[in-house]
Amino acid sequence: MREVTFGQAIREALAEEMRRDPRVFIVGEDVAEAGTVFKVLSGLVDEFGRERVIDSPISEAGITGIGVGAAMTGMRPVIDIMFGDFLTLAMDQIANQAAKVHYMSGGKLRAPLVVRTTMGATRRSAAQHSQSLYAWVAHVPGLKVALPSTPADAKGLLKTAIRDDNPVVFFEDKMMYSLRGPVPDGDHTVPFGVADIKRPGTDVTIVATSSMVHTALQAARLLEEDGISAEIVDPRTLLPLDGETIIASVRKTGRAIVVDEGYQQYGVTAEIASLIADGAFDYLDAPVKRLGAMNVPVPFSPVLEDLTVPTPEAVAALAKALCGQG
Amino acid sequence: MELGVHGRPSPGVTRDQGLEMYRQMLRIRLFEEQVNELYTGGKMPGLAHLYIGEEAVAVGICQALRRDDYITSTHRGHGHCLAKGAAPDRMFAELLGKAAGYCRGKGGSMHIADPETGNLGANAIVGGSTGIAAGAALSAKMRATDQVAVCFFGDGALNQGLLYEAMNMASLWKLPVIYVCEHNRFGEYTAASEVTAGDPKARPAAWGVSTEEVDGQDVRAVHAAALPAVERARRGEGPAFLICHTYRFRGHHVGDINRASYRAAEEEQAWTHDRDPVRLLGLWLIQQRMADAAALERIEDGARTEIEAGVAFALQAPYPDPSEVTEDVYA
Ligand SMILES: Cc1ncc(C[n+]2csc(CCOP(=O)(O)OP(=O)(O)O)c2C)c(N)n1
Repeated sequence: MREVTFGQAIREALAEEMRRDPRVFIVGEDVAEAGTVFKVLSGLVDEFGRERVIDSPISEAGITGIGVGAAMTGMRPVIDIMFGDFLTLAMDQIANQAAKVHYMSGGKLRAPLVVRTTMGATRRSAAQHSQSLYAWVAHVPGLKVALPSTPADAKGLLKTAIRDDNPVVFFEDKMMYSLRGPVPDGDHTVPFGVADIKRPGTDVTIVATSSMVHTALQAARLLEEDGISAEIVDPRTLLPLDGETIIASVRKTGRAIVVDEGYQQYGVTAEIASLIADGAFDYLDAPVKRLGAMNVPVPFSPVLEDLTVPTPEAVAALAKALCGQG
Repeated sequence: MELGVHGRPSPGVTRDQGLEMYRQMLRIRLFEEQVNELYTGGKMPGLAHLYIGEEAVAVGICQALRRDDYITSTHRGHGHCLAKGAAPDRMFAELLGKAAGYCRGKGGSMHIADPETGNLGANAIVGGSTGIAAGAALSAKMRATDQVAVCFFGDGALNQGLLYEAMNMASLWKLPVIYVCEHNRFGEYTAASEVTAGDPKARPAAWGVSTEEVDGQDVRAVHAAALPAVERARRGEGPAFLICHTYRFRGHHVGDINRASYRAAEEEQAWTHDRDPVRLLGLWLIQQRMADAAALERIEDGARTEIEAGVAFALQAPYPDPSEVTEDVYA
């Protein structure tokens, strides 16, 4: 299979969908010639022109609102919000407008819009450029939330997002853009609400999201040395969430850890841990554990920042303790 | 090619004021050159947005302020912090993520705050401080302190709605806030002309806010515009809005080396050669016989010594203790 980077996979998904459907267009800050600050969209403007790859002012609320309106009237906008931290500016349009319009209109209106944004710490970007705020979005009914962890998932989920009739918020970890991986040829799509077993195992289930999938994979390699077999489940979409696959895995292994880069308090890990407790309680040999980002604004200093994000060592240590080897 | 606003005679400043402005602008210039070195030398983490070329704005404005007046700053904020009185050593320490930094290493380049000099903080959210500045002004008014608040922001922030919500209240309630737009023509890699409709001056004017446009490369012109705005605000006569036309000599951030896709090399050349605010003030001081080349060199040597000592201090300073990671989340 072809190997491409995560960033390329995103670009391919957008290009293919724009070729397939003339209603798809992109709006965001520095998306055209600059191809975004992460260069993910490089070249798209050359093929599709400035009418479909539109440089916007620094107006997050405005462009998201425009996206909602365009989506409600027959277009398929993809809004680029440079850093997930700036979702806060767009949040009224996402949570109060896009998420509600279908329901409030009794199903008459719909807002098929994709908000692409970034997430994740460890770039020394400090507290206003490092957050993973998808729990905010996933709190609101009417939205869908995608969190790809590999190039193949990035491409497949983004294509699905663009074809979805609902507003989708799509989070890309900015540390993963250069990650390479196989991507199937052709019209590769990944359905929403279907978790993926990124690594089979028998002793403990590690449910991990986005970049934490890679942290968990590293943890699994460490655990292997201690004779512990970890199964890694990647939900891929938080809304809809594939509870069945997660529960089936925990029923098999009897132990579960949920790892995520959002703040731990009131976060994604709590939701999934509760789901596991509900669906696999009788199978559990130990309480469900969770590991999120520390509940602190992300500090600038590298020596402090690195402490705030779950590490493979921390995940492995937790798993060992759960398996009675701690 | 239009290079800022011309035609208005630059008002005079006294010899002492002129020399002090020259010193302040040089400190910023040399500070930023060191930031460039630290960053490209792999010693500075994160991002660095240099203020080189825009020094006259921070200095012209801050020289019109008292120490207890407030400022809010931006991602391109080192110049504002220095002009308001911050010390280079603790700023460098912050940029390197050291415990001795202004924010104990937690803020970094884009978040330096120094309440002792009235600096309510740099802000990495474009337009993010436009409300904070108005709030500081409201507070000054309620506490009857006659302080004013200056909000520095780039032309890119002209398109954030919060600016207009805050300015409306500032005008209604006659708040002592001065909005200083550093119009350097670009937001990242996009020209202001492509993202900002109409005449930016007309926007504050519509809110009844006193508005002026000045040559941001001429520190005396910036200062001359700032003084009456500050005095009016202090007297309780409400907000002002200054558009300072300037130019970012370097890239959006240190890594933005190849700028051909969004601006011409000749344009950069023209600004850096003909419109360097430090050189322009130096020439003026010499023409006015307020200083000779040797005097300016002495000022430069002094500034260089201060900046180099600051870097040395920061390089040696220790990192924060890991236990600090959970400190300061709550007051
Ligand atoms: C709300 C928000 N959107 C986008 C960004 C990303 N960003 C950082 S600086 C910048 C350009 C700012 O341009 P301008 O305000 O003109 O300031 P300049 O960099 O020219 O000094 C952008 C878009 C941000 N930091 N905050």
